[in-house]
Amino acid sequence: MTANVSETPRAPLPESAERAGRAQLPGKTLRTDRWWLQPTLTVAGLAVFVIYAGVRAFMGAYYWVPAYHYLTPFYSPCTTASCAPGSQHLGAWFGEFPAWLPYGIIALPFLLVFRLTCYYYRKAYYRSVWFSPPACAVAEPRAKYTGETRFPLIVQNVHRYFFYVAALLALLNTYDAIMAFHSPSGFGFGLGNLILLLNVVMLWAYTLSCHSCRHATGGRLRHFSRHPVRYWMWTQVSKLNTRHMQFAWITIGTLILADLYVMLVSAGAFPDPRFVG
Amino acid sequence: MAYDARFKVWRGDAESGQLCDFTVEVNEGEVVLDIIHRLQATQAPDLAVRWNCKAGKCGSCSAEINGHPRLLCMTRMSTFAEDETITVTPMRTFPVIRDLVTDVSFNYEKAREVPAFTPPQDVAAGEYRMAQVDVQRSQEFRKCIECFLCQDTCHVVRDHEDNKRSFAGPRFLMRVAELEMHPLDAADRVPAAQEEHGLGYCNITKCCTEVCPEGIHITDNALIPMKERVADRKYDPVVWLGNKLFRRDKR
Repeated sequence: MTANVSETPRAPLPESAERAGRAQLPGKTLRTDRWWLQPTLTVAGLAVFVIYAGVRAFMGAYYWVPAYHYLTPFYSPCTTASCAPGSQHLGAWFGEFPAWLPYGIIALPFLLVFRLTCYYYRKAYYRSVWFSPPACAVAEPRAKYTGETRFPLIVQNVHRYFFYVAALLALLNTYDAIMAFHSPSGFGFGLGNLILLLNVVMLWAYTLSCHSCRHATGGRLRHFSRHPVRYWMWTQVSKLNTRHMQFAWITIGTLILADLYVMLVSAGAFPDPRFVG
Repeated sequence: MAYDARFKVWRGDAESGQLCDFTVEVNEGEVVLDIIHRLQATQAPDLAVRWNCKAGKCGSCSAEINGHPRLLCMTRMSTFAEDETITVTPMRTFPVIRDLVTDVSFNYEKAREVPAFTPPQDVAAGEYRMAQVDVQRSQEFRKCIECFLCQDTCHVVRDHEDNKRSFAGPRFLMRVAELEMHPLDAADRVPAAQEEHGLGYCNITKCCTEVCPEGIHITDNALIPMKERVADRKYDPVVWLGNKLFRRDKR
């Protein structure tokens, strides 16, 4: 058995840490696992979604399949006179939009901020984009940190309002999915309906598993025993809430899948396989 | 099957220190604390390590193993490859006393800043009655063994010594949540959570939850519910209006 002092290079510590009498440990972290993998995958996943959603939102085409009434969630509600006939489920509130303005402009900002202020996504981008911290027990690169105590990050507290709007938009997506059971001869049912339904179910799972929803249904109470119905609701939302992260990623996938499917069928890349009609 | 493992153990004090290399025998079923004890017995009799129960219940042997905040007694040697060099260091966030022993008095100072359970004035001691369903949320937080690994890993104080003044850390924000959710606690803890204990510093990156040896869902069940209660009070005019109009109990 042997014992000797290693020659590990020592990184300079922040002055404040040295003052505090901490152990002078080398490097930003001593973790030996691939701690960088998760933030890297998160950035890649978020980037794919942001780029895809951005391109599609501004495309202004291939969002509606008139024969089957398939409407992509990125264009719902379509409320401008520029929208294809039949796709305006809530009517045409506005005149013609210029080409640079997304037809889904009414809903998209709310959905964007709902996800931006979501407790899961906050964790994801604080870690992987802002490196605050990049991973547990890995030092962050900045000298100062104030977190969500001041502007702009204190604005994250508005999450609940965007949850309310997101719940309304999930209702609208549900209506869109029901209206899509259509064919030129009346009722119809195809592969596209399954994809749109899957997307709606997952959107509800993500929306209802939200921490603000959990708080509103019963989390804010101190006496569950006095509110048995709200306690039951809180219990159900809590079960969903444990999978909020999974639903956040699954809905990114189902949103892209639903939109891509509608785009390809709308563009005539392939016909929608029909089970009825 | 016994084998010789390579260890790097930090040795030193507040003035200086370094990682020291050791080669030490490992036997089947052992944990890292067993190896540290073998080091003390065979090679480094003056190696300082704090420990007590060896069962993951006293919270004494907190340290960092390969950079991960862990309990020495709950980290099995079988989780490492036999050819892996295992690094054992003291917790980074607290001042080191010697070798693997740190001064965790920061945590006791923060504990004293949280006012104790405040019973309602109209209920005498011995007459407290609570439904199980009302206390079960708080009971999860009572599993805490005060190992302070969550405090150690939280980047708010780990990377920013200056924030120690204004941030209580996840363990004591959880304590505030425990009391705030308690059906008989009469104190109003929400404003203090934000203004005195620094809840706003938490950016819910969940490292406290990841390192908790008791598996307490600190972020989802304590910190985020407290953030929502603060939002009720400070950032939600609808809740404020509802409280005023219907004269309802804020809690």
